[in-house]
Amino acid sequence: MIAGAVFDIALVALLVALAAWSVSTRSGFTAIVGFIGYGVLLVVAWMRLRAPDVALTEGTIAAGLGGVLLLTAQARVGESAARTSAGAPRQDGGPSTIARIGIAILCAFVGASLIAVVLSLPEPAPSLAPLTAEALPRVGLGNPVNAVLLGARALDTLLEKVVVFLAVIGVWSLSRDHAWGSSPSIGPRTTSRVGGAAGGIAPAPAGPIAMLARIVPPFGIVVAGYLLWNGANEPGGAFASAAMLAAMALLVLMAGLGRIPRCSQGSWRATIVAGPLLFMAVALLGLPLAGAFLAFPEAWSKPIIVVIEIALVISVASALVLLIAGPPTTEPSP
Amino acid sequence: MTPATILGIGAAIIVSIALYGVVTASSLLRRIVALNLLGGGIFLLFGVIARRGAAAGFESDPVPQALVITGIVVAFAGTALAVALVVRLEQARNESPDADGERLDGADAP
Amino acid sequence: MLLDFWTVAVAALGVLFFVAGTAGVLRFPDPLSRLHAVTKADTLGVGLIALAIVPQAATPLDAAKILLIWLATMLSAATVGPLLARVAIRNGDER
Repeated sequence: MIAGAVFDIALVALLVALAAWSVSTRSGFTAIVGFIGYGVLLVVAWMRLRAPDVALTEGTIAAGLGGVLLLTAQARVGESAARTSAGAPRQDGGPSTIARIGIAILCAFVGASLIAVVLSLPEPAPSLAPLTAEALPRVGLGNPVNAVLLGARALDTLLEKVVVFLAVIGVWSLSRDHAWGSSPSIGPRTTSRVGGAAGGIAPAPAGPIAMLARIVPPFGIVVAGYLLWNGANEPGGAFASAAMLAAMALLVLMAGLGRIPRCSQGSWRATIVAGPLLFMAVALLGLPLAGAFLAFPEAWSKPIIVVIEIALVISVASALVLLIAGPPTTEPSP
Repeated sequence: MTPATILGIGAAIIVSIALYGVVTASSLLRRIVALNLLGGGIFLLFGVIARRGAAAGFESDPVPQALVITGIVVAFAGTALAVALVVRLEQARNESPDADGERLDGADAP
Repeated sequence: MLLDFWTVAVAALGVLFFVAGTAGVLRFPDPLSRLHAVTKADTLGVGLIALAIVPQAATPLDAAKILLIWLATMLSAATVGPLLARVAIRNGDER
């Protein structure tokens, strides 16, 4: 008991210190690094709360892919600022000291009220676990979190896929007019071409990242399939699997071994949309077959969920890669 | 002091620090980073409530966990859109001075 | 009993290497030597902690997974190390 409490207090102290450092450090790059460290420590915190699925999602999507997103953004902002020797920080220096003290007092008040709430939570705690346990056999999955995500609260998951898709549309719409329809680029600059400037052969990608991008993706894809398949009865599931696939794709892109297909290509667009569309079709089919939107006939429940998950993983992985790569552009990117 | 309570208090402190960061951030990108820190803290509070709801043979209530997973993915999508907007804004700022011939960031026009 | 003793002893050794690596990162003068400290000492620390946990694994498959994690860590350190060193050398030349 004491060892557990000491560990928890140390973990919380580290998390708070990382958050404070990330908020107060001078350089934007250091703040993002602090955020990534915070995200990885949160994985430990989630395991301490006995939530392995959330730990997986937090580690891969929030800390991993989120960190990559913020770092590429920092590089792009820094690059466009460096081109004109202008800086990104605000010119007025932020709020005055008196205002900062006031804001700090108010934030401390918010924190204190939350602590009061945490210490006065009702005992015994209300819980939806018994209801979930009853519903598990009907859904056909052994992992309760995935059963809730794809069975009991499948509407939330459907809407969330649509939100991710809308974010992709939003990011695409930020491209310049003349670049609409071309492909986003996130690889290294191919400024050195063998055989002349007007289109020779680009040298084959070399170096450590290219080696990693050639060796790891096959294993990564196998691990992603394993996470997806295992998510039925053990921690895992569609989101962790999609994040893994997206990470492998990003590795290949960043090493320069491949490019994202052009955004105007029909087959590429179909891949991105296929997941949510399939989910919608299954949901609407539930109306005549099982009496309600998003209801699955009980005997078919598990196969339907597996099919939905596979389609979703492919679509969500593509969407995640596109969200990080940014709007379509015709210029080389940092 | 169960692990849930200690982590709950920690989450509350993180929320207040991140909130301060969101309000007083020195650039748009730092504001987005602070928003993500805030999100992590709030999800941790959800996790505390989930852990306390352990019952029926599960170690942690699955419904708040499902909500948090959905929240993490949606927060990532929102961050991606926000980041794309910020990058585009900086590109536009640094390329076209506004009507007075001054750039939005105060430097002289080329 | 013997397994628990092995776990504690080897994990303590791993923690020692981690502390050494962290001390190196904080105290070494320039980026290249700090990189040296991180990639060598921390990877060894991860390996020792992985070896410490292996006897506690429930099935041989779990033990294999733990060793795979150690391999993945080594691979990432081996890749990131030269990249960071290249950037450090490039920045050093510009100064």
